[in-house]
Amino acid sequence: MRRIISVLLENEPGALSRVVGLFSQRNYNIETLTVAPTEDETLSRLTVTTTGSDKVIEQITKQLNKLIEVVKLVDLTEGAHIERELMLVKLKATGSQRAEIKRTVDIFRGQIVDVTSSVYTVQLAGNSEKLDGFIQAVGTSGVLEVVRSGVSGIARGEKVLSL
Amino acid sequence: MELLSGADMLIRSLQDEGIEYIYGYPGGAALHIYDALFRQDKVKHILVRHEQAAVHMADGYARATGLPGTVLVTSGPGATNTITGIATAFMDSIPMVVLCGQVASTLIGEDAFQETDMIGVSRPVVKHNLSVRHPEEIPEIVRKAYYIASTGRPGPVVIDIPKDMTTPNERYEYIFPKKVKLRSYNPAIRGHAGQIKKAVDMLMAAKRPIIYAGGGVILGKATDQLTELVRMLGYPITNTLMGIGCYPASDKQHIGWLGMHGTYESNMAMHHSDLILCVGARFDDRVTNATEKFCPGARIVHIDIDPASISKTIDADVPIVGPVDAVLKEMLTLVRESKEKPDADAIAAWWKQIEEWRAFHGMRYETSPDVIKPQEVVEALWRLTNGEAFVTSDVGQHQMFAAQYYKFDKPNRWINSGGLGTMGFGLPAAMGVKLSFPDDEVLCITGEGSIQMNIQELSTCNQYNLPVKIINLNNQALGMVKQWQDMNYESRHSQSYMESLPDFVKLAEAYGHVGVRIDRKEDLVPKLKEVLAMKDKLVFVDINVDRFEHVYPMQVARGSMKDMWLSKTERV
Ligand SMILES: Cc1ncc(C[n+]2csc(CCOP(=O)(O)OP(=O)(O)O)c2C)c(N)n1
Ligand SMILES: [Mg+2]
Repeated sequence: MRRIISVLLENEPGALSRVVGLFSQRNYNIETLTVAPTEDETLSRLTVTTTGSDKVIEQITKQLNKLIEVVKLVDLTEGAHIERELMLVKLKATGSQRAEIKRTVDIFRGQIVDVTSSVYTVQLAGNSEKLDGFIQAVGTSGVLEVVRSGVSGIARGEKVLSL
Repeated sequence: MELLSGADMLIRSLQDEGIEYIYGYPGGAALHIYDALFRQDKVKHILVRHEQAAVHMADGYARATGLPGTVLVTSGPGATNTITGIATAFMDSIPMVVLCGQVASTLIGEDAFQETDMIGVSRPVVKHNLSVRHPEEIPEIVRKAYYIASTGRPGPVVIDIPKDMTTPNERYEYIFPKKVKLRSYNPAIRGHAGQIKKAVDMLMAAKRPIIYAGGGVILGKATDQLTELVRMLGYPITNTLMGIGCYPASDKQHIGWLGMHGTYESNMAMHHSDLILCVGARFDDRVTNATEKFCPGARIVHIDIDPASISKTIDADVPIVGPVDAVLKEMLTLVRESKEKPDADAIAAWWKQIEEWRAFHGMRYETSPDVIKPQEVVEALWRLTNGEAFVTSDVGQHQMFAAQYYKFDKPNRWINSGGLGTMGFGLPAAMGVKLSFPDDEVLCITGEGSIQMNIQELSTCNQYNLPVKIINLNNQALGMVKQWQDMNYESRHSQSYMESLPDFVKLAEAYGHVGVRIDRKEDLVPKLKEVLAMKDKLVFVDINVDRFEHVYPMQVARGSMKDMWLSKTERV
């Protein structure tokens, strides 16, 4: 099953490589990985999406917790949560395609953030399926380049991941 | 205010940490540190002949004393030479701090002379590693390193020290922190009371219980609590290779160690049990055999300080995360106060069954009128040393024979590389033990293959007068490899012969020691007696043992715990 694990990590050199190393060393999957500092400059927040049986996920969280630089972690998929991913896409846009793409972007609540005579650059945020859906809707033949941020997530309601 | 250079701070921190011995080897990036060492006499340095041996020495010391060992090496090749030793300690959860020189911080990343990314290289085999970014941080980093290495589930910690962090004429204020603050590292200090209660209820209700104890009992200094609990309950106990000595082997409740080369009775008892109380062990593949066939009727209580060890390979019904000594103490209280008592009839029937298994096989081997059997060498040593020696070992058949036929009644005396299985461990580990226990008998039971992996340390033994006794069970082969080839490859002995063996007697003499060769069976005991009488000499005893012997019992690959070969021809 797919899981989103959110980690508060000491913001120190080498900490990230320990997390990444753990996944490859123990043969766990990483589907997406995002990391950035938080409002507390001593901490980074890392979000990793992974798949595995319940047993594997349990090991992943336990092994992550064993890393000295991991301060706290939560498996967001255990409760209600919000997940978002940002995507930037360059699309071939000439002639009648231009209006068509514009309509699709509106439907997906994206924005065209850069324009040339033959290319639109589209920005889109949402959960991963929505981003996949957009690519499908515009058709892969018109896609010139895609960059996705990987998933960030946060629990719904009052629950917070903090010290 | 006391001003010290980084190098002096490092050595001062070791003093303040109470470190008596460090094992190491100098080189460019560590020279400031070596100079600081020279200018004091509290911390004593042992100069090995290969950095791997320094780590195994620190490891042997740690296993025998329960205290963290310390290693000091230079950058690049000095640091990479420690990796096998660090991985050995990591697999067996041995506390140790490895101080590595590094090129100056201004050169890092430029492929400078003797630059290696030791933080990166060591990462998968350490509990943690730290690098020094400012000389002032050194005392705190040292304190942290020892704290992390020796608390929770212990393990090796590496400190990477760029040369410019130890520059002699740059001085900073020295403050040795009293306490370590680590917001993200808080090992459990007691187990969950509800879970412990549940475990005790299950223990009382069990009809075919078994206690399965591991190295965690020794590391967690919980042998007394374990022994008391086992005696109070009257249940059978088995332990892992790493747990040898956690419960007296000569006691009748002890049914031997378990797993691939464990006793018939312990593997049978595990397989047929209805309750396994696992204390500080980790259900590894050398114990469980095929996990899907593991102990089908057993419920499992698992006590461990490391949550990740629980339900990793075998699911626990009652997981208890906590230090084994504290958890066992609570269990003892509950057992004492419990209104329920063990089911006497069921337990008696269970013991009757176990005694039948024990009588059916037990530990046995065929003797021969003229060839020396490796097992009888170990038995003779056990008798001649009253079972009280420290015994280190290497890896192979000799290791298994040593573990099977030397009966340890005390913890910390059986010292071997169980998790990584590192040939070359035995001699340096014995040296680390002997240095700290000069009045005790220290035996290194080895093979002619393994001993040659760190034989250069005979020179170190000469320098520091370390009169260990090396018992070379010389079968003229990489015996364990050959055994597998006999069993699985129709005796095609691919690269398992040790051709052109040296004359070990002359070799020992060349290093300034005594060499003794034993070829004839009738010489075995008298010569061993002579050897053991040479208290202040290192004696290398080269014993010509049966070249065709196999280690049994041996679990059948991919079988359950009860599927074993008992000899070359008997399979159960
Ligand atoms: C460093 C290392 N390399 C290879 C092995 C694989 N190995 C395991 S046992 C063994 C043979 C050991 O031979 P010896 O020391 O003579 O012991 P014996 O089995 O003959 O008693 C080998 C090569 C190992 N455990 N460690
Ligand atoms: Mg051999």
